[in-house]
Amino acid sequence: MLAFLFRRLTQSLLVLAAMSVLVFVGVYLIGNPVDILISSQADQTERERAIVALGLDKPLWAQYGNFVLGAVTGDLGRSFAHGVPALELILNRMPATLELAFVAMLLAVGTGIPLGLIAGLRPNSVVGKTIMAGSILGFSLPTFWVGLMLIMLFAVFLGWLPSNGRGETREVFGVAWSVLTADGWAHLILPAVNLGLFKLSLLIRLTRAGVREALAMDYVKFARAKGLPASRVVGVHVLKNIMIPIVTVIGLEFGSVVAFAVVTESVFAWPGMGKLLIDSINVLDRPVIVAYLLIIVSLFVFINLLVDLAYSALDPRVRLGDAGAH
Amino acid sequence: MTSGVQQPSSLWREKASEFAADRVAVVGLLLFVVIVLAALVAPWLAPQNPYDLAQLDVLDARLPPGSAAADGGRYLLGSDEQGRDLLSAILYGLRISLGVGVLSTLIAVVVGLLVGLLAAYKGGRWDSVIMRVVDIQLSFPAILIALILLAVLGQGVGKIIAALVTVQWAYYARTVRGAALAEKNKDYIAAAQGLALPATRIVLRHLLPNCLPPLIVVASVQVAHAIALEATLSFLGLGLPITEPSLGLLIANGYQYLLSGKYWVSFFPGVALLLTIVSINLVADQLRDVLNPRLAT
Repeated sequence: MLAFLFRRLTQSLLVLAAMSVLVFVGVYLIGNPVDILISSQADQTERERAIVALGLDKPLWAQYGNFVLGAVTGDLGRSFAHGVPALELILNRMPATLELAFVAMLLAVGTGIPLGLIAGLRPNSVVGKTIMAGSILGFSLPTFWVGLMLIMLFAVFLGWLPSNGRGETREVFGVAWSVLTADGWAHLILPAVNLGLFKLSLLIRLTRAGVREALAMDYVKFARAKGLPASRVVGVHVLKNIMIPIVTVIGLEFGSVVAFAVVTESVFAWPGMGKLLIDSINVLDRPVIVAYLLIIVSLFVFINLLVDLAYSALDPRVRLGDAGAH
Repeated sequence: MTSGVQQPSSLWREKASEFAADRVAVVGLLLFVVIVLAALVAPWLAPQNPYDLAQLDVLDARLPPGSAAADGGRYLLGSDEQGRDLLSAILYGLRISLGVGVLSTLIAVVVGLLVGLLAAYKGGRWDSVIMRVVDIQLSFPAILIALILLAVLGQGVGKIIAALVTVQWAYYARTVRGAALAEKNKDYIAAAQGLALPATRIVLRHLLPNCLPPLIVVASVQVAHAIALEATLSFLGLGLPITEPSLGLLIANGYQYLLSGKYWVSFFPGVALLLTIVSINLVADQLRDVLNPRLAT
């Protein structure tokens, strides 16, 4: 167990280090932030002062060295565009993204598993076939376009829901949350549906496949033969056994929901860290881009670790020593 | 299917008739062929060349679908803010979207094929290093990797193809390695080795053709993903430049008019994108059933 944790942590650190070099060098090469951030009317001395202030006069390796030293102490540099620490900027935006991702995932799990169950129990009924056709559509629809169509339908034509922003928020422990106000929910529901749709389709297919497989198993046939009520057969014998792959996927997909929030946040002008990333790429705000990527990679590494641990807790047959290979 | 006079039916012919057994898949294939043809002959099919400014009339800007044009034509799907016929823009956009998607998939297939064969045939250290890289890459979502690369590389057709290739190759490498490992221990490979054939010949002439079926299945699914990903990146302003307007960019253009109810500028390019992706997915679904590679995940 400890050896496994240690090996995974070493591997994660290597990934982080490789990623930071790649991103740092790459972002450095694409353009000169000086041209973008300093007014073209600035004279030479102003330019030079700004370059020194931003640390851009030092050689690349020295800039990277400073960056690593800073990163270890939690300082990922100052945003060129906002003038505040990049880490602080991202952490300020993170609750909005996590809130959106959680609600989207809850929506996907809360509707995906029941729908998948229905489709799996009645694969040849009209309802079952309709659910499956819907899931194929959900897979094929590009997220950003669905977002636009949701805005068109519910915000423009029907006028029921707002199309952008977080709405009214309430602060708890210094963090603003939209889920605590009715106006916040009105703003949250469209982006959450948009972000959750793809995962909803995935969960429908996964649950259906699992149910179909489990129904053919001897232990389910035996449970039925014993005369157990259908609700118990489905609830205990079927559901419990298909939960392992489903929990794994939910865990792994949460990271991808956070990554895909970039798209949804851009469409709905949701002020999360994904929108911040796109805005930062457009103005080459290097510290923010690098900080975002390091944070999201860390998040992924952490999620993968948790999923491996959850896996071994749910299924005693899984040995952690081999879990890295899946 | 085949009559007695002909050669015994080949594997591919057999699979083709199996494919045709599913009507939905055939409809998907037909739809895809129509879309590809429309993209190929766009310059002859489209009512106007949407990027020849001389053919555009600003007075015709943002007309709803079906409006009459100043020159007597008709904007079947409406026009955008520069008076560009949307139908023509979609046909030209399809060329770019399909071109980028298919080209990047082909390159990624070749890269993944070579790397996967190398891992499977060499084994040992080669295998573990390559597969570790593949595993790590596949633990991140494609869009994140593409975002990182485009933040690093900047815009352009070549760059987005490079990003799409980077995102995809790992799927193919893993698929091919799996297939090749299963094939490697079969007798025909041992026979070829017994004949002391050169390794390159064994890999390319004996091993490779037998790894193709699962690869085709994965590639057919991935083309759709590549097209959707390119559209998404272009929509975010990170993909293709404005001079190469793919469907994603057309949709992004319409975004600003959406709130004033001018839905068609975003709506119809999206429908074209959707039809393309659905048709590919339908074909891919049936290919998976027909070729049934248990190795492809």
